[in-house]
Amino acid sequence: MKIMSGAVAINTFREAVRDRVLYNLVIFALMMIGAAILVGQISIGIERLVIINLGLSAISIFGLIMAIFMGVGLVYKEIEKRTLYSLLSKPIYRWEFLVGKYGGLLLTLGVNTSLMALGLAAALFYVGRPFLRSDVSIVVAIYFILLELALVTAFALFFSCFSSPMLSTLFTLGIYVAGIFAKGIHDFGELTHNPAIEGTTRALYFLLPNFHNFNVIAAAAHGESVPFSLVWQNTLYTTLYGALVLLGASAVFSRRNLK
Amino acid sequence: MSGPKLTRTVSAAIIATPLLFAAIAVLQVRIDVKMRSATKEKEELLLRSGDALKKLSFGYDSLMADIYWTRAVQYYGERVGKKGANFELLAPLLDITTTLDPNLIVAYRFGSVFLSERGTGGLGRSDLAIELVNKGIAANPSEWRLYTDLGSLYYLRLKDYPNASAAYLAGSRIPGAPLWMKLIAARIAEKGGSIETSRAIWSELYETTKDPNLRKKALEEIQGLKAQEDESQLDELADEYYKRFGRFPSSTKEMRDAGLLSGIPVDPAGFPYVFGPDGKSHLSAQSSVEEPNP
Amino acid sequence: MSAMSGPAIEILGLTKDYAVGFWRKRMRRSLDNLTLQIEEGEVFGFLGPNGAGKTTTLKLLMGLIFPTAGKARIRGRSIEDVRMHRDIGFMPEQPYFYDYLTARELLDYYARFSNFATAERRGRVVKTLSRVGLSEAADLQLRKFSKGMLQRVGIAQAILHDPQVIFLDEPMSGLDPVGRLEVRDIILDLKKQGRTVFFSTHILSDAEMLCDRVGVLHLGKLQGVGAPEEIVSIEVVGMEILFEARALPANLTGRATKIGKRYRIAVQEAELYATLELLRGHEARILSVSPVRPTLEDYFMQLVRGQHSSEAAEVNPQ
Repeated sequence: MKIMSGAVAINTFREAVRDRVLYNLVIFALMMIGAAILVGQISIGIERLVIINLGLSAISIFGLIMAIFMGVGLVYKEIEKRTLYSLLSKPIYRWEFLVGKYGGLLLTLGVNTSLMALGLAAALFYVGRPFLRSDVSIVVAIYFILLELALVTAFALFFSCFSSPMLSTLFTLGIYVAGIFAKGIHDFGELTHNPAIEGTTRALYFLLPNFHNFNVIAAAAHGESVPFSLVWQNTLYTTLYGALVLLGASAVFSRRNLK
Repeated sequence: MSGPKLTRTVSAAIIATPLLFAAIAVLQVRIDVKMRSATKEKEELLLRSGDALKKLSFGYDSLMADIYWTRAVQYYGERVGKKGANFELLAPLLDITTTLDPNLIVAYRFGSVFLSERGTGGLGRSDLAIELVNKGIAANPSEWRLYTDLGSLYYLRLKDYPNASAAYLAGSRIPGAPLWMKLIAARIAEKGGSIETSRAIWSELYETTKDPNLRKKALEEIQGLKAQEDESQLDELADEYYKRFGRFPSSTKEMRDAGLLSGIPVDPAGFPYVFGPDGKSHLSAQSSVEEPNP
Repeated sequence: MSAMSGPAIEILGLTKDYAVGFWRKRMRRSLDNLTLQIEEGEVFGFLGPNGAGKTTTLKLLMGLIFPTAGKARIRGRSIEDVRMHRDIGFMPEQPYFYDYLTARELLDYYARFSNFATAERRGRVVKTLSRVGLSEAADLQLRKFSKGMLQRVGIAQAILHDPQVIFLDEPMSGLDPVGRLEVRDIILDLKKQGRTVFFSTHILSDAEMLCDRVGVLHLGKLQGVGAPEEIVSIEVVGMEILFEARALPANLTGRATKIGKRYRIAVQEAELYATLELLRGHEARILSVSPVRPTLEDYFMQLVRGQHSSEAAEVNPQ
C-alpha cells in the first residue's frame, strides 16, 4: 500500500527538516563561496575544473555523511524510543514501514542535493563562464551521486534494523569503502595470474556494491560526455541492488522481537 | 523458537537474493564495458606535490604512500608493452610515494629501472631516475642497494663508466654491502662496458629484490644478454665457416654438420638461433627473448 | 470479515520464553500458557503486579513480539494478520511520541493509516482532541507535553479511528486524580458505545469501578478470572486507628508508628474495641478509624506463600 509508506516517508522527511538537518547546506554554501572567490588566485585557467571537482566531491561527501548518520538511526531510533509501538498497532506491514523510512530519507537527500547543485551552479556562474552544453555531464554526475547515496542509505537502513548506531555506522562505512575499492581488488586479482585469487576477487567484485560505477566526477570536470546507456544501466543497478538490500532488511526486521 | 519462522517476506528474500545477484552481475559486466570505452584510461593526478599531499594525509602518510605505490604499479602495469604508451605520470607518482614514505625502498628501485627504460617499457628519462635514486640515498644512507641502482643507471643507460664505478665504490663502503660491489667497481673502471658486467648487475638486482615487475625485467635482460653472448660466439664460428667454405652458414644445422658445433644451440627461451643473409646470427622470430636495448 | 458471533478476543495457550543469561542459554518464561476469552462489549481488566507479564501479553497481541507457542484471534482474525489491526486501537505503557510533532500533527499522522477522506480525518482529529481534553494544547509540540498530557495523546490515537476493540496498557499511570477520572469517563463512554476494552493495571480500585470482569496475572500465569466482587470479597485484614496522645499506652508501644504528634496503629478487627477503650482510658484523641483494604500486593503475597514458589517458572535448559 503506497499510502502507508508514503505517510511514513513524509513524516520522516518532516523529522529531518525539524531536526534542522538541512543546516548543513549553510556550511556547503560557505565552502562554495570561499572556493569561488579564492580559486582565481590559486590556479589560473582551470577555475572551472577546480570548482566542479570541489563542488561535486563536496556534494558527494556531505550526502554520504547525511546518508550514513541519518540512515543508521532510521529504525533504531523508533525502536529505542518506542514510537514504533503505536505505529505497528496500525494496519501497516513492517516492510511498508521500512520502505517509508527509506523513502523519507531519500527525499531528504534529494532535496539537499538539489539545493547544493544550485549552489554549485551559482559558484560556476560567478567564476565567469557561462554554462556550456557539456555541463549536462555535471547533472549526470550529480544524479549518479544520488544513486550512490540511495544505495548507501539502503545499507544503513539494513543495519539499523538490528544493530546500534555505532556498529551500523562502522558496517555501512565498511561496505562503502569495500565498494569503492572493489574494482581495485578485481584488477589486483587479475595481475596476480593466480586462478584461485582471480576467482575470489572476481566473485567479490560482483557481490560487492560497485560504487566505482557512479564516479564520473573527473569526466564532468573535463566536460566530457557520459554515455546515455550508462545512465539507465546505473539506475537499474541501484534499483536491483537497493531492492536486494531492502528485501534483506524486511526479512530481518519481520522476525525481530521488539524490546 | 521465536517468530513466525518463514514469513512471506523471508521466503521472498530467500528466493529473490540469488536471482537479484545474478542480474546484478550481468549488469555489472555491461557497465564495465561502457565505462571502459567512456573513460579512455585517463589517469589523473590533480595534486602533484608530494609535500602538499603529506600535509593532507593527517598522519596517515604511510597508508597514503601505499595507495600511491599501488597506483604507480598499476599505472605501469596497464601501459607496459602497449604501443604509444605514455608513462608521464610515473615520475610524479613515484615522487609522491617516496615523499610520503621516504623509506619505501622498492619505489626507488622501481623508478630507477622503469623511469629510465626506453620504448614501450618505461618513461625513458634517466635524469629523473637518477634524481629519484639520489633522493632515496639521501633518505636512506645505509641502504647499499640504492647505490647499486645508481651505479647501474650510469653504467647501463648513460654508459657513464667513471660515475658508475664511483657509485659502486661508494656503496661498497657501507657496512653490510657485499664484496661484489668493489669488484664491479674495479671491473667497470678497468674495462668499461662488457656483457659479463651487465649480466652481473642484472643478476644482482634479480637476487636482491622481491618486486615481481623488477624480477621479470631483470630476467628478461639476463636472457637478452645471454643471447647476445651466444650470438657473438656464433658469429665468430660463422667467420670460421666462411673461411672454410667461402660462404656464411644459413643455419646452425650446417655448422653442426661441419663439426663446428656439437649440437643445435637454443636461446634461453628454447628457440634455435637463426642466420640472416648477412651471415650474422639472430634470435628466432618466434622467440620471446629480446635483445637488450643499446 | 470478522466473526460477529464469536468472542472479541480469543487467546489460546499463549506462551513467551526469553533467552537469558550471558550466553542466552537459559529460558525465562514470562508468559505461561495464557488462555482467555473476552466477549464483545466487555470491559476487561488485566491485573497483576509489575513484571507479571501484562505488557508482554499486550505486545504479543499487537505483533510487536512473537509467541513461543499458542495463538490468538481478535474479532476472528489471527494476530498474525495485519488486517486485524484495522479494528483495534492500542495505547502503549508510558507512551512516547515523535516530539517534533504537535498533538494535532501526530493524530493526523496516525489517522492516515485508516482510510479516511481528508475532511473526515481532520474532523476526527478535532473531535478526539476535545474528547481527551487537549483542544488547547493541540498545536503545542509534544516535547513540551507533561506526562499526563502524553497519556491523553496516547488514548487519543487509540480511539481516533473508532475501533471496536481497544487495548490500553496502564492507562492511569502517571495521572493526577482529575486525569484518572477523565480516563475512567472515557472508558465508560466506550463501554456505552458497545466497544470492547481490554486494559491492564496494577491498581485494584480502578478495576473495581470499571470492569465487567478481571483476570489476575502473576509470574506469567493466569491465576483467576471473574467479576471484581469476587476478588474484593477477600476479608478486610484489619482496622487502622489514627490518634493523638501525649503518651503511648504501655502495651501498644512497638506496634504504633509516630508521625509528629499523631500515632497510627493497625489492629485486628477483633481487637478494635478493646484498643479504642484503652486509648480512651489514656485520654487519646481518636482522629479516624478506617478499614485496611488488601492491596493486590497483599493478595498476591497470600497466593505466593500458598504456592511456596519464589522463582519464575523455569523451563529446563535445552
